[in-house]
Amino acid sequence: MSLPIDTQALRRKALWVRRETLRIHGLAPETRIASSLSAVELFVGLHYGDVMAFNPCNPRWEGRDRLIISKGHGSICYYPILADLGYFGSDELDHICQEGSFLGGIPDTIIPGYETINGSLGHGLGVACGMALALKSRKSDATIFVMLGDGELNEGSVWEGIMFAAQHGLDNIVAIIDNNKLCMLDRCEKIINLEPLEKRFSAFDWECCRIDGHDLDQICATLKACKGERNGRPKAVIADTIKGKGVPVLESDTLCHIKSLSAQELETALEGLV
Amino acid sequence: MISRPMRDVFIETLCNRMTSNENIWFLAADLGSPALDRMREEFPDRFINVGIAEQNLVNVATGLALEGQIVYGYAIAPFISMRAYEQVRVNLSVSSQIRPVNVNLIGVGSGVSYQVSGPTHHCLEDLSIMRLLPNMTVFSPSDATLAETFVDYSIANNGPKYLRFDGKALPQLYQKADRIQLETGFCELIHGSDVCLVSTGFMTHRALLVAKELGNVGVIDLFMLKPLRSDKLHDALSAYRHIITMEEAFINAGGLDSLVASVLTERRSDITLDRIGFNDSYVFQLGSRDHLHRINGMDEATVTTLVNRLRSR
Repeated sequence: MSLPIDTQALRRKALWVRRETLRIHGLAPETRIASSLSAVELFVGLHYGDVMAFNPCNPRWEGRDRLIISKGHGSICYYPILADLGYFGSDELDHICQEGSFLGGIPDTIIPGYETINGSLGHGLGVACGMALALKSRKSDATIFVMLGDGELNEGSVWEGIMFAAQHGLDNIVAIIDNNKLCMLDRCEKIINLEPLEKRFSAFDWECCRIDGHDLDQICATLKACKGERNGRPKAVIADTIKGKGVPVLESDTLCHIKSLSAQELETALEGLV
Repeated sequence: MISRPMRDVFIETLCNRMTSNENIWFLAADLGSPALDRMREEFPDRFINVGIAEQNLVNVATGLALEGQIVYGYAIAPFISMRAYEQVRVNLSVSSQIRPVNVNLIGVGSGVSYQVSGPTHHCLEDLSIMRLLPNMTVFSPSDATLAETFVDYSIANNGPKYLRFDGKALPQLYQKADRIQLETGFCELIHGSDVCLVSTGFMTHRALLVAKELGNVGVIDLFMLKPLRSDKLHDALSAYRHIITMEEAFINAGGLDSLVASVLTERRSDITLDRIGFNDSYVFQLGSRDHLHRINGMDEATVTTLVNRLRSR
């Protein structure tokens, strides 16, 4: 039975995740903080908003919904969530990127809760297509969520996957585009402009909608609706987000993708979070 | 002697296995084969033409395999091995170190078996680049019987594999009754003395012609480049003074010759090594396969002369 979502509680959770993400970035400055902060609410909605089915005690539980994090670098915010849910002990977070830890700068499937090897962009959607075929063939009603970056859509292999998913009616795939509008060196629109993204996805026979990627009500409602609808079409949720969300020094910097926060900046950032 | 394309025999046998094993899937990048027609008809849900999209073929295969399926990917050799190389590296080689994926990539048209199609369709790099990937199995059969034997091996052995199939029908060399030991990686077809030809794929047929003409020349067919029982190979090579490697691939680039060289040098052997293959240059010339071999020093006469010179040393 699904319980009503307590949005206030979700917001508090998102705030906590943002704080923890900043804290572990302080421990491992080589992690990509800005693109992790844009996706905080998306990960929170998926896991605390009654969207995904999962089992931390059995990460490969057959009935789970799959989450493929194709934009691997920008998911450091998922580490505190996985720890909080019990996939591994919270003390692991303190050892991020250190000898003996499995929490790397770019997450891989050695981390309980991660399904695939990540870090090379453009692979996740095609892998999701294969999983979707297998799940359909054994009549599983599990959904595959794929987290993509907007810059990642430059990769041609993503569009091979987009065409394939539509051709095969893979309505058990929900692609979430973390549309933070920035690549490493510039605004996406100045590099390869794909907006309006709805037109691209619709042209390829995907169902598509756009939401505020920091609004937890919209996130939970939309993802739940996408998950429930088996209409022969794959779904794309364009989540408009802000890269570096919550940290002014990142939000205002076009080059924030590769920015690491200094101790002073980190302190200011944590104080400024509300 | 029966000549059948290895791809047809392999696919036919696989088709039979698909009847009893519902976990087997076959993905093609819009490449056909007469034997595929039956599979397309009998298993419309598990035969999928992904279109002309080798990168996606590897990605989709990975997703299926991560869900416990046994997957075959079928495309022209240079495209499945090189167009999709990074997908192979990340999703198969890297991934299978943590979560084994049973994905079998079938590259059709090894070497210059598509002889008039030019450098884009020749495949002279695949042995090297597939061999260097950790966790990959690299299989290069010289006839259809070997290819057929690999079907059950590929089902039983989890992990990513690259199958290098000739584009043409080659004469049969092995009998099913031979009890081929795929795990050993090679078979000494002719035991000779002094000089041994170590070959793979199509070139094993060339080696056998040379050996037949000269007599007393050893021939080792090396069909599994990885994993390989290098101790057993070293033992076999130790019976000779001179080794000549023969491959339809670039030499001095990490392929068969490099494999044999490392087996020899690791054990400080004083056996000499000569390498027959394409030497750091693509092939734009047209003509028969024999012609292409002749102008690249890979023909029977060149190898025969080399053997005679080595023998007279």
